[in-house]
Amino acid sequence: MLYAQLFWEYIKNYAKTRLTYRMDFWIEILSDMMFQFMNLIFILIVFRHTPSLGGWSEAEVVFVYGFFMIPYGIFSTFFSIWNFSERYIVKGEMDRILTRPAHNLFQVLLENVDPPSLIGSVVGAIIMFVCWGELGLPFHIMDIVLLAVFVIGAVLVYAGIYTALSAISFYSDAPTGIVPLIYNIQNYGRYPVNIYNKMIRFVLTWLLPFAFVGVIPASYFLEKKADDLSQLALLTPVVGLVFFTLGLLLWNHGVKRYRGAGS
Amino acid sequence: MMGAYLDFIRIRFITMLAYRVNYYSGIVIYAINIGAYYFLWKAIFGEQQELAGFTVAQMTTYVAVSWMARAFYFNNLDREIANDIRDGSVATQMTRPYSYLLVKMMQGFGEGLFRLLLFMIPGMIIVCLIFPVTLPTDPMTWMIYLVMLLFSFLINSQINILTGLFAFFVENNEGMMRMKRVMVDLFSGVVVPIAFFPGWLAVVMKWLPFQAITYLPSSVFTGRTPGSEIAGVFGLQVVWFVVLLVPIWFTWRAARKRLFVQGG
Repeated sequence: MLYAQLFWEYIKNYAKTRLTYRMDFWIEILSDMMFQFMNLIFILIVFRHTPSLGGWSEAEVVFVYGFFMIPYGIFSTFFSIWNFSERYIVKGEMDRILTRPAHNLFQVLLENVDPPSLIGSVVGAIIMFVCWGELGLPFHIMDIVLLAVFVIGAVLVYAGIYTALSAISFYSDAPTGIVPLIYNIQNYGRYPVNIYNKMIRFVLTWLLPFAFVGVIPASYFLEKKADDLSQLALLTPVVGLVFFTLGLLLWNHGVKRYRGAGS
Repeated sequence: MMGAYLDFIRIRFITMLAYRVNYYSGIVIYAINIGAYYFLWKAIFGEQQELAGFTVAQMTTYVAVSWMARAFYFNNLDREIANDIRDGSVATQMTRPYSYLLVKMMQGFGEGLFRLLLFMIPGMIIVCLIFPVTLPTDPMTWMIYLVMLLFSFLINSQINILTGLFAFFVENNEGMMRMKRVMVDLFSGVVVPIAFFPGWLAVVMKWLPFQAITYLPSSVFTGRTPGSEIAGVFGLQVVWFVVLLVPIWFTWRAARKRLFVQGG
């Protein structure tokens, strides 16, 4: 209950801050759209030169992309802690967080909440819906339930990985440049992972399981392929829970070790 | 006076050196990036020998060279300038007897040199060991490429400076910086060479500065640009460098009149 109340207060605060920078608010929405559009352009350009990508058609790859946008939008709304190390460790704001009773990660996340990113989820859902029709896929009521489960699982996968990455700043003194780099890797989980060699596929499936936020759960709804990814789809919530738990454990351990910036 | 500017290069280089450990992980991640695109392109080629004038071998080299060039020219000048504007330190820096923007450029260059020596070169060696990359054998091509790479850096930094300066007008230009980053990656040809773009888009790209950052130098380096056209391609880079000075000059002039500091 306390947390729900805190959540509401933070959202109100967010709205006030954003209204100060109104212009920037619209530019951010525009830039989000651009970003998604760019990735779509890549797919569209590629399919002008080839009919299939490792046995996947254009509509299927776009479908996967549409699916991916849904958890990604939700994740970006609640986990936009890209500059955690810079803001909370280097500038010492973590000290302020730790003096308060609510869980520290919860506070950090709420301070950085970014609702406009949710628009991406809506666009993704529309893209998926259009492709669903174009591919003539069957539709069951169960699909909606599964879709929700997959989306939650995918958000947890993301949340776990990025919580763990942010927690690294508790252990290393230097501001790490690793987050923006991981940011690139997450893109590859959207493409049919069977085109990669064993090592990259392994990394994307089990170590940095970005395949579980895109191609694996999405493949559940698509026609079955030769090396069937959809068998793994039902594992999405499990992988999500495992990675989120690991991320949280690493975070909590890191907070215990944290000694302050001393400024 | 010039000595002072050189010192800015040196100091930034040394500062970067203090954080060098971060960059070793960066090399691994860039290698994975290149690997992912290598497989992606191999799947796109499928049975086809040639696409948009690229052979598979050329494409592999193009991908490797383009990403590693990005490791060199990439910098966060936009963010640094925006932060200076937001916390007000730009006002102090304006009173000093040097050109603020030139100092930023020098600091960017110091960072670029660091990235060239400790990121691009070792990264390139590792990538060449893993993937079938074929480098040109003609020393002349290497020389031309190095000069073009310098202009990649200059043009990319100019675009960054311009984006950073917008913080004067929109107070918070986080969204704009993100937008710029995706645009540069896609339109410069790191992700898809311009030759793959559909007709109308390719025409638009010819009139934008982005291709001068990656596509033009990488095309020369992979031998896709015939010898007779190299001078023209390089000339285009120089033209963009000069043309971009104009909006920077105007923005900077307008910005100085507008400066108001928020808190701090």
